[in-house]
Amino acid sequence: MIINHPLLGPRDAAEFTYLGDASLINRPDWQSETAAQDFYEYGYLRSNPAGEHRELWFHEAGDRSWLVVTRNTVTHEISNVEMARDVARTQGRSK
Amino acid sequence: MRYSGFQVIKEALTGHKGWKPVWRDPEPQAHYDIIIIGGGGHGLATAYYLAKEFGEKKIAVLEKGWIGGGNVGRNTTIIRSNYLLDGNEPFYEMSLKLWEGLEQDFNYNAMVSQRGILNLIHSDAQRDAFTRRGNAMILNGADAEMLSTEQILDRYPFLNVNDARFPIKGGLAQHRGGTVRHDAVAWGYARGADMRGVDIIQNCEVTGFRLENGKCLGVETSRGFIGANKVGCAVAGSSSRLMSKADMQLPMESHVLQAFVSEGLKPVIPGVITFGAGHFYCSQSDKGGLVFGGDLDGYNSYAQRGNMPVVEDVCEGGMALMPMLGRARLLRMWGGIMDMSMDGSPIIDKTHIDGLYFNGGWCYGGFKATPASGFCFAHLLSRDAPHPNATKYRFDRFSRGLMIDEKGMGNQPNLH
Repeated sequence: MIINHPLLGPRDAAEFTYLGDASLINRPDWQSETAAQDFYEYGYLRSNPAGEHRELWFHEAGDRSWLVVTRNTVTHEISNVEMARDVARTQGRSK
Repeated sequence: MRYSGFQVIKEALTGHKGWKPVWRDPEPQAHYDIIIIGGGGHGLATAYYLAKEFGEKKIAVLEKGWIGGGNVGRNTTIIRSNYLLDGNEPFYEMSLKLWEGLEQDFNYNAMVSQRGILNLIHSDAQRDAFTRRGNAMILNGADAEMLSTEQILDRYPFLNVNDARFPIKGGLAQHRGGTVRHDAVAWGYARGADMRGVDIIQNCEVTGFRLENGKCLGVETSRGFIGANKVGCAVAGSSSRLMSKADMQLPMESHVLQAFVSEGLKPVIPGVITFGAGHFYCSQSDKGGLVFGGDLDGYNSYAQRGNMPVVEDVCEGGMALMPMLGRARLLRMWGGIMDMSMDGSPIIDKTHIDGLYFNGGWCYGGFKATPASGFCFAHLLSRDAPHPNATKYRFDRFSRGLMIDEKGMGNQPNLH
């Protein structure tokens, strides 16, 4: 697979390591009343779809940036690549 | 028809005209006591043991394609019970004991071959860890033996024991481990189940569950609604996809694992060798092909095929361990979809929906578990209580902090 890095252009997927579902950006509030349940769901449950999947990849052998890659889990086709920090910022998660 | 040596000779002398299909192709009935979704190894084994050991009647197995067409037909056929943790080892040892009696039990030649499995050791720390694991196995009634490099070379003289990065310093052997003819497992269980009245319904895809007031009344399928008192799901890599139809999210990701077969060679590898440090394991099939594999590709996938970097990684591991491999040509490669759970261990449990039961999360260890998985799932379905050897395979172990994490990797499915 080739991941089209927003800053570096097309890079071999072997340069990256894979973390998982991009919902991992949405870390729950630890002070919430429902924190125990929220963290269980955050840490352990996945939608694991067959089809479009937004997921976190880390450019370990490159610029060490985190990316949110939208990839089809049935065809492996990548339709969109974003910087994870941009995604997090639009969600108010990062400065 | 019972198979026997006499039967084979008789058929040979009469032109093999007496062999009959070994399972029926029935139309689905309107209602069953128990429906198993998934006509793979685990689903067929469950149906077999439900009928044979638990005296259940009116059972159906629903399969969207053909039986045995999923992971039971896409694995590397290894059986073993070399686990460490309490939640796992009694279960896998039960499975190995069932393998040992399986062919007599279901009167089918599954080519169970206890040729032994060897896990290689490369460091003092690994020796300590494997000694501990061997002791855990022995405590649970399994067999385990620590071998020296010399003993390993006696059996496997072609191994490169002086690799600069991972020199071989010994190994943990389980002599009762080995290989089984994987397709025959599905066929044997299917035949045994069919003989006891189980309807095996192929080309019947489950498209939804009919749920009412927190109870499962049956399944919607491509061949219409089929009612059931109890529905058991055993669909391996498609678990998340299926259970999402009941609005359930599972603690798992589906990943692709590749495997490879070389051209047929004369007998050269007598047992199963695993080189965990090099992400490589290998055995030789009875046809002569070297059957080998390595790590997951590492990203969520339902594609049943992987990518080239892992092919390279596996072959590098193989070349480091047994340089003679370089002369063999690769014949076939394929990928299977693993239901990788969050702690690397499976789930055999009721769901929160009355009458809906789940069996999955087998990661890449599902094949060896087939008999015990079927037996324990049948126990759960029939008696509504977990089998004593499967009490820890619960859904709620993740929320309660009771993970069964053999590798100590945490909630990162692609590392288990």
